[in-house]
Amino acid sequence: MPAPIRLRELIRTIRTARTQAEEREMIQKECAAIRSSFREEDNTYRCRNVAKLLYMHMLGYPAHFGQLECLKLIASQKFTDKRIGYLGAMLLLDERQDVHLLMTNCIKNDLNHSTQYVQGLSLCTLGCMGSSEMCRDLAGEVEKLLKTSNSYLRKKAALCAVHVIRKVPELMEMFLPATKNLLSEKNHGVLHTSVVLLTEMCERSPDMLSHFRKLVPQLVRILKNLIMSGYSPEHDVSGISDPFLQVRILRLLRILGKGDDDSSEAMNDILAQVATNTETSKNVGNAILYETVLTIMDIKSESGLRVLAINILGRFLLNNDKNIRYVALTSLLKTVQTDHNAVQRHRSTIVDCLKDLDVSIKRRAMELSFALVNGNNIRGMMKELLYFLDSCDPDFKADCASGIFLAAEKYAPSKRWHIDTVMRVLTTAGSYVRDDSVPNLIQLITNSVEMHAYTVQRLYKALLDDISQQPLVQVASWCIGEYGDLLVSGQCEEEEPIQVDALYALRPLIHNYFGGRTIVSDFMSQVSEDEVLDVLEGLLVSNLSTPVTRAYSLTAIMKLSTRFSSVNRIKKVVSIYGSSIDVELQQRAVEYNALFKKYDHMRPALLERMPIMEKTATNGPTDIAQTNGETDSTILDTKHLPSITQPASQANDLLDLLGGNDVVPVIQTTVPTKPASAGGELLDLLGDLSLTGGPTPTPAPSVPMSQPPFLLDGLSSQPIFNDIAAGIPPMTAYNKNGLKIEFTFERSNPSPNIAVITIHATNSTEADMTEFVFQAAVPKTFQLQLLSPSSNVVPALNQGSVTQVIRVLNPQKQQLRMRIKLTYTHKGSPVQDLAEVNNFPPQSWQ
Amino acid sequence: MRFMLLFSRQGKLRLQKWYTATAERDKKKMVRELMQVVLARKPKMCSFLEWRDLKIVYKRYASLYFCCAVEEQDNELITLEVIHRFVELLDKYFGSVCELDIIFNFEKAYFILDEFLMGGEIQDTSKKSVLKAIEQADLLQEVSLNLKHKMA
Repeated sequence: MPAPIRLRELIRTIRTARTQAEEREMIQKECAAIRSSFREEDNTYRCRNVAKLLYMHMLGYPAHFGQLECLKLIASQKFTDKRIGYLGAMLLLDERQDVHLLMTNCIKNDLNHSTQYVQGLSLCTLGCMGSSEMCRDLAGEVEKLLKTSNSYLRKKAALCAVHVIRKVPELMEMFLPATKNLLSEKNHGVLHTSVVLLTEMCERSPDMLSHFRKLVPQLVRILKNLIMSGYSPEHDVSGISDPFLQVRILRLLRILGKGDDDSSEAMNDILAQVATNTETSKNVGNAILYETVLTIMDIKSESGLRVLAINILGRFLLNNDKNIRYVALTSLLKTVQTDHNAVQRHRSTIVDCLKDLDVSIKRRAMELSFALVNGNNIRGMMKELLYFLDSCDPDFKADCASGIFLAAEKYAPSKRWHIDTVMRVLTTAGSYVRDDSVPNLIQLITNSVEMHAYTVQRLYKALLDDISQQPLVQVASWCIGEYGDLLVSGQCEEEEPIQVDALYALRPLIHNYFGGRTIVSDFMSQVSEDEVLDVLEGLLVSNLSTPVTRAYSLTAIMKLSTRFSSVNRIKKVVSIYGSSIDVELQQRAVEYNALFKKYDHMRPALLERMPIMEKTATNGPTDIAQTNGETDSTILDTKHLPSITQPASQANDLLDLLGGNDVVPVIQTTVPTKPASAGGELLDLLGDLSLTGGPTPTPAPSVPMSQPPFLLDGLSSQPIFNDIAAGIPPMTAYNKNGLKIEFTFERSNPSPNIAVITIHATNSTEADMTEFVFQAAVPKTFQLQLLSPSSNVVPALNQGSVTQVIRVLNPQKQQLRMRIKLTYTHKGSPVQDLAEVNNFPPQSWQ
Repeated sequence: MRFMLLFSRQGKLRLQKWYTATAERDKKKMVRELMQVVLARKPKMCSFLEWRDLKIVYKRYASLYFCCAVEEQDNELITLEVIHRFVELLDKYFGSVCELDIIFNFEKAYFILDEFLMGGEIQDTSKKSVLKAIEQADLLQEVSLNLKHKMA
């Protein structure tokens, strides 16, 4: 068998491959050769073969069949073998393979080898990839080596111990005695690794932490020596003596001084010294300063020191090196909560960083800017932030927009400024704005009563420019629906908004939109109703509009029916969408149609202006969702409260029928004076119409905002007369002299306080009953509405019937009782009769 | 430090050292992803970036990218110095190191790295000390090889 080719040879050969396929072929060939060589148990060339295998592994090819071979190499006596063997073990093996445990014995032997370099190899391997089992077995050996006087081994043992502790934390105690005089070493390698070990132990155990606090003076001394000592060629880096050790000591001091007054006291001086004396011209110096700043901020340092730290960070911000700027911004972000004022001083520099080219720096600068916004600097900051919003990457826009909203919410100097800012965000980054900002904005706008006209005009203008940004369009159409009358009456100042960029103000506002009509709207000249409706209808048909937006615009159009005079046009639009493919639109349109037809008298009340909404705490998108959920339930609670507090004493009173108030007046009284303050009340009333959560989206959506919120989500999917009604049996209320009156019941599911009773009057006699009038009265705790009868002639011989709808509101769920009075003319003579109806089925009122 | 990678501008991996136990499949995925991210960076951008839950510190030396993944509490600036020290060691050892040296002598590069770092931490802050140790180990290797030949 010819000797396997050398490693370098193989590498050279593989590199000559011109295609991936060629390379694969070579590799496969070589792998086959190696495999057969392994099978032959060839000791001489095993090392070479494994080395080649490792190379191929790095190229990405499988090399698992070499794992056992690595173990064999480790067991060999030759140093070369061991070197490659251990390397192979570190590259090919890890704790997932069972094979690795076979290494344990070899490592144990090698840890006690006579040659320190072999010991070093095994320590290294254990310290890099030792599994918990291995660590448990070998911890004792490591601990022994930690106490040796050989600094070469001691430093490696220390880092190996770190790994052992990471894998098996319980073994930490074991290493405690060995740490006793680690810090008295002169050797920097040992010092460095010892500090790492101490750091690891302190981070993991509070007991260790308190135990090691006594080392603070010693650490301070070491650090001082490093700074004060002269040039030491061995450890010098750009004029600084052993920066790596300095950084590690500073980090350990940070952990030891945190929360402890005495320790912090002891370090104050040295920290000040490091902060002032370190050279800042090279990265090394800045690295040390950075670590110092982190330490100062974390321990209980005196305020002078803290200010010094922040100033260092401020200087970093001005550094040419962007790495340093990045690091400064990150640190400032951490300290802005605690040392707000000090950081404020550097605000302008931070804001400048918004214009940096680097994405990470920009992001940090943005976060920091938001943290620094307060009542005093809001105007200036907002200008910068809005400018940033215009020009930043799309990934930032959502976060930036949310941040701006939050800041504006907290610190807006005036309502108008707030609305202008919001508008600006919507127009520049409208498509990136989070969905839940739409209801927040709507609430904001509603609550700024004096700004309604101004707002709606600006929103209208914005719509004319651009209908592609959905959140903007949604808010705009909502506002137009609400305040369309203000828009059309033209009552508003025409000043340009205050908070605006000069460029933005000069944007020409001449646009074409569907149909080639131009609207010059630099000033709010009289906008006609038709124009407004054109815009809204345009939204409905545009394929830029999402279904949600379409729903908003349809509702807005509907609302305008009470504010505009062109009701017919609106009726037409609404009826067209009654057959829309979009189920949502269709449902709305059908319901609005119903509103026009059957319930026209309710329309004005229903579509009245929204009252001021309850302000929910705005802490952020998720908080908003939660608090809205709460307000939702409180609204529902208050709805039920009045009915409970009503006196229950009138249960048995019956009205005096003859007084002529047979028909208790109509439902208008139950329409609350704030009609849509909580869609809930409305729904209670009109439950059986299965109107959705009001024509307007409510302020308290407890469902995800991907659809317009419905307070009663279930309702929208129910037919107008629900299935439950089928369960209530009809009853015969009256049957005398050939006149039979039957009651059939419907009750709407979500508002079971309302029972809808349809009476069917039939006449079994041979003569018609003409001038038929049905009247009913209910006890005071109920309310009754009697709708018009189908006719007032009950045809003879059951040829037909008169139907009439009674709606009974029974909030206290008391037993339904009714007195009815019938008058009709039969065979020429007037007939009158009174009756009591008591046999209502329980399902009709329970 | 969680891991260190060396790769060329063309996306070829030259060295990979993992200081945490990771599955082979995950390693490959992470390497691929990270290479993509780092190679896409423009020259003027800063040497730090966030990736997954780690901080990545990278620096380009000639045709090679040296890329380290450190944890949240680690000092990025000093990591840059660590990378630089490693390059200096390679340079001293190979004499004006270039990518080819690392390609053809990858195992030696690993040996140097393992003498310099363990578990992601520096073993010795003295350049001289590390180089001396490597030198001695190489001598030991020579001796054992010579012995073998003598015995053969």
